[in-house]
Amino acid sequence: MRIFVPGDAAAVAVGADEVAAAAGEGVIRNGSRGMFELEPLLEVETPEGRVGYARVTADDVRSLGPDHPKCVGLVDELPFLKRQTRLTFARCGITDPQSIDDYRGHGGFKGLERALALGPAATVEEVFDSGLRGRGGAGFPAGIKWRTAAAAPSAQKYLVCNADEGDSGTFADRMVMEGDPFMLIEGMAIAGFAVGATRGYIYVRSEYPHAIRAMGQAIETARTHGLLGPAFDIEVRVGAGAYVCGEETSLLESIEGKRGEVRAKPPLPAHQGLFGQPTIINNVLTLAAAPFILAEGAKAYADYGMGRSRGTMPIQLAGNIRNGGLFETAFGITLGELVNDVGGGTLSGRPVRAVQVGGPLGAYFPPAMFHLPFDYEAFAAADGLIGHAGIVVFDDTVDMAGMARFAMHFCAAESCGKCTPCRIGSVRGMEVIDRIVAGEDVAANVALIEELCETMKFGSLCALGGFTPYPVLSALRHFPEDFAS
Amino acid sequence: MTEIEEILRRHAGRSGALLPILNDIQAALGHVPDAAVPIVAEALNLSRAEVHGVVTFYHDLKRVPAGRPVIKLCRAEACQARGVARIAPVFEGDSRILVETVYCLGLCASGPSAMIGERVFARLDEASARRLIDEAAA
Repeated sequence: MRIFVPGDAAAVAVGADEVAAAAGEGVIRNGSRGMFELEPLLEVETPEGRVGYARVTADDVRSLGPDHPKCVGLVDELPFLKRQTRLTFARCGITDPQSIDDYRGHGGFKGLERALALGPAATVEEVFDSGLRGRGGAGFPAGIKWRTAAAAPSAQKYLVCNADEGDSGTFADRMVMEGDPFMLIEGMAIAGFAVGATRGYIYVRSEYPHAIRAMGQAIETARTHGLLGPAFDIEVRVGAGAYVCGEETSLLESIEGKRGEVRAKPPLPAHQGLFGQPTIINNVLTLAAAPFILAEGAKAYADYGMGRSRGTMPIQLAGNIRNGGLFETAFGITLGELVNDVGGGTLSGRPVRAVQVGGPLGAYFPPAMFHLPFDYEAFAAADGLIGHAGIVVFDDTVDMAGMARFAMHFCAAESCGKCTPCRIGSVRGMEVIDRIVAGEDVAANVALIEELCETMKFGSLCALGGFTPYPVLSALRHFPEDFAS
Repeated sequence: MTEIEEILRRHAGRSGALLPILNDIQAALGHVPDAAVPIVAEALNLSRAEVHGVVTFYHDLKRVPAGRPVIKLCRAEACQARGVARIAPVFEGDSRILVETVYCLGLCASGPSAMIGERVFARLDEASARRLIDEAAA
């Protein structure tokens, strides 16, 4: 009888290590199923399937059984999981993340094997045909990026995995690294093979010590199994608490050992990236989608989704929400379904007032816009973005002028300082919002903040200064009553 | 300074070694002393200004020791939505520890959350925040 207690940081943060110690030797530290309200979720294997016990404490462990009040029944039958289409997260929570045999036993390495059989050029085309777009936020077609780097002539090319997941409301990259690290290694091996890169870096933020350990251990295992080596090897690099290093050119500077200042583009990293060489930079979720696409074919992936948003998206439900966690589904589901039907509304039980989609640089939307389908173009048309697909829910106690001010404050705190609209604009933005809230010359100051946002949007070098206007202007547009004193 | 020399030896020949070296010095000494800057600069064939620039860019790197146990408290949007403002005064009002603001620990459906060293804590309320401080200060 196998027992599972997640080793995911979000489970550990609510006592999973103590539960695992009480469960004794042989307990498997799986990834999280992504239902964080239930953590620590202990699972016991039975002939019928895995039976779960939610919010277990070390004291509970001795008395667990089907009649225990914390028993939630068969985990696979829980509605939150049953409603999902898990392609990227198919194994997370099910397997032992550090067992390469378990990974292989659950379909692992089939994508890499097919890529090796297809050859580099056909592998790039497979990813292109799948319609996969960059999951870090920009949504740029991964296949085009791969084509560009593949065509760049160079003796040394690099592959960089962006695991600097700094957006509030997101944790999918962390879950992949802790819960299914071999999938990321396989995805990177496929990408490296496709574009001709022999060296890969994973840049992980320092706030993720569990993910850093899990990736390091899995990379070591992959080396001993001959999956990584001279032909393609991976190194983990750890950040040092700078949000802006999630921006791709700033991330490259950081790996090179410099201040994480944004580079002007062009040259594109695919032409001239890390150490001046052609470099592919993809988000964790982009690379993690590659094994499925190669194993099952581009069409199997592209059959999911809507419009130009193909495949599935691991959506992260966060903030003041009853059923928070990881919900992977095809593009096209509406915001309202996600927040109310799947998420169950607020945790506080009060009415939902606002949701921020896409992290600190994403727009705030009121429930009146819950008809929006989860799709890159639909969100762009509504003056927002889906970003890394984090959704942060706020109840009716939120002060939206305060959130707009926080967006400017965050930009000021995290600006790399290279361009003026971001470095100075964010500080002036805070001051102007303070004046609006204080009731000083409101109409003129509202016009001023709109003009300032215009300058930041079009004048900033990267998305930090360029997208900070999204939360600010959306708060002003959808919640004007909070800006009147 | 032997610790710094040992760290430099460990990273010798590595490309882009500056940040890993500074992270290791921060972890070993609790800060990156000004006296370390010329030593690191010399070893990597950089100017002192370049090393100083990197030390002062990254939030994790500190030029002076905290002198007290550090608790990192997440104040990003998801933790704000889950009421971090209610428990923040508990941390701010206790001089035994130093509370540092961080933006996101990736525990966004379980906040408010905090981190001590490499240990993470979530679903904090006033009572568990007090226990955490007592434990850190002990």
